[in-house]
Amino acid sequence: MLKVDDIHVYYGAIHAIKGISLEVPQGKIVTLIGANGAGKTTTLNTICGLIKPKTGKVYFEDKDITGVATQEIVKRGLTQVPEGRRIFANMPIYENLELGAYLKKDKKEVAESMERVYKRFPRLLERKNQLAGSLSGGEQQMLAMGRALMSKPRLLLLDEPSMGLSPILVKEIFSIIKELNEQGTTILLVEQNAKMALSIAHKAM
Amino acid sequence: MEVMEVFLQQLINGVSLGSIYALIALGYTMVYGIVQLINFAHGDVYMVGAYLGFFATAILGWSFLPALLMSMFVCACLGVTIEKLAYKPLRMAPRIAALITAIGVSLFLGYGMMLLVGPQVRTFPQVLTEVQWKLFGSITVTNRQVIILVVTIALMLLLQYIVHKTMIGKAMRAVSHDKQAAQLMGINVNNTISATFAIGSSLAAAAGVLVGIYYNAINPLMGIMPGLKAFVAAVLGGIGIIPGAMTGGFLLGIVEAMVSGYGKSLYRDPVAFIILIIILIVKPAGLFGKNIREKV
Repeated sequence: MLKVDDIHVYYGAIHAIKGISLEVPQGKIVTLIGANGAGKTTTLNTICGLIKPKTGKVYFEDKDITGVATQEIVKRGLTQVPEGRRIFANMPIYENLELGAYLKKDKKEVAESMERVYKRFPRLLERKNQLAGSLSGGEQQMLAMGRALMSKPRLLLLDEPSMGLSPILVKEIFSIIKELNEQGTTILLVEQNAKMALSIAHKAM
Repeated sequence: MEVMEVFLQQLINGVSLGSIYALIALGYTMVYGIVQLINFAHGDVYMVGAYLGFFATAILGWSFLPALLMSMFVCACLGVTIEKLAYKPLRMAPRIAALITAIGVSLFLGYGMMLLVGPQVRTFPQVLTEVQWKLFGSITVTNRQVIILVVTIALMLLLQYIVHKTMIGKAMRAVSHDKQAAQLMGINVNNTISATFAIGSSLAAAAGVLVGIYYNAINPLMGIMPGLKAFVAAVLGGIGIIPGAMTGGFLLGIVEAMVSGYGKSLYRDPVAFIILIIILIVKPAGLFGKNIREKV
């Protein structure tokens, strides 16, 4: 479904990624494990079109998406939940979710997606009018995932979803990831928590 | 009761002047909110807006409302063009580079206009025949003052609606909070920034046309002082905060009117900048600003 072919990324003069290749087959959970600064986040950002690689190619569903604008990539069904959640803290929860469906013009479809997200994360429904910044870390992670699901991705990239969470919450988040995958979303997971990540992954890189 | 009458009269004058400042300050604050740039060319967009209003009413003979709308539309395009040509190439550059460029654009517009139409002061035609109403005692309100306030409030309500209820407004807030996260939602950051410049510039144009019908006189360098004052107003309210710019604009207008009204009109300009200095010392985040801490 996703194929990254020997990408090289530079930040100015710094050679941040020296030739990463990976493949994510449809319907699987693939996890990318590596030390701090190994370039995991950069890899995800390159896949999403936030950064352009100097050389190498990214293919999504057999189409070359190297250098394609992020909004176009999101439209094709590839969404990232960024590291550190990056929710819109000064906006209420329901607006965060609406923004997740920014490219969906059909209001009915958006309302249905929102209902589905609230069903999966009931705590978000309870607090839908609250500012996102007032949520706890675990709830913020759920919001970030819910927001990404609003775009109905076929491939979901998750960057360190367990960061800063208590062991119980980490377990909860991982069981949600597994559930999402069982319901048909392909997942590329970047984790420091290697043990947890490997326990649900079909394939590790 | 003399003192009370002077106070009320200056309050009315101050609200008219404050409307102008508030409209300009909104553009400053919105642009700052989204690209962290103090757009010093903003006051000159207001000047262009005034000239477009002059052109429409004096030369084409249009009435007030079409002139206002045309000026707002053309300045929206001008704002977008300035952003694309001057600021966008510098988005990744240090902030000081963009700031210097903004000053350059300001001088370009001011003196470009002077080259185009000449340096002399132009007199706005009487598009609206002045009607004066006596309230009580010697206090007067003119129909122009009422129109300024009505147009300003209508535009502010419209702006609040756009920012809070429409998808482009939500996108603007998302981009100003976190550009990269906004991009991951599928938001086109460049278009959103363009929309912000368009809206801010059209508000400045409205202020320009309103000033034309209020004070009747315009000149190519008229944008510099109100531009700086509106900047003070935006900082006073808290730069980047929309209700802050509205409040800051009205407050500054009223303070200036009071200073002039009590016979100290020479101190009008210094007072505005003393306010800036005081706010930067006492509450640099502005009246509405707060330090938001985010939970991690």
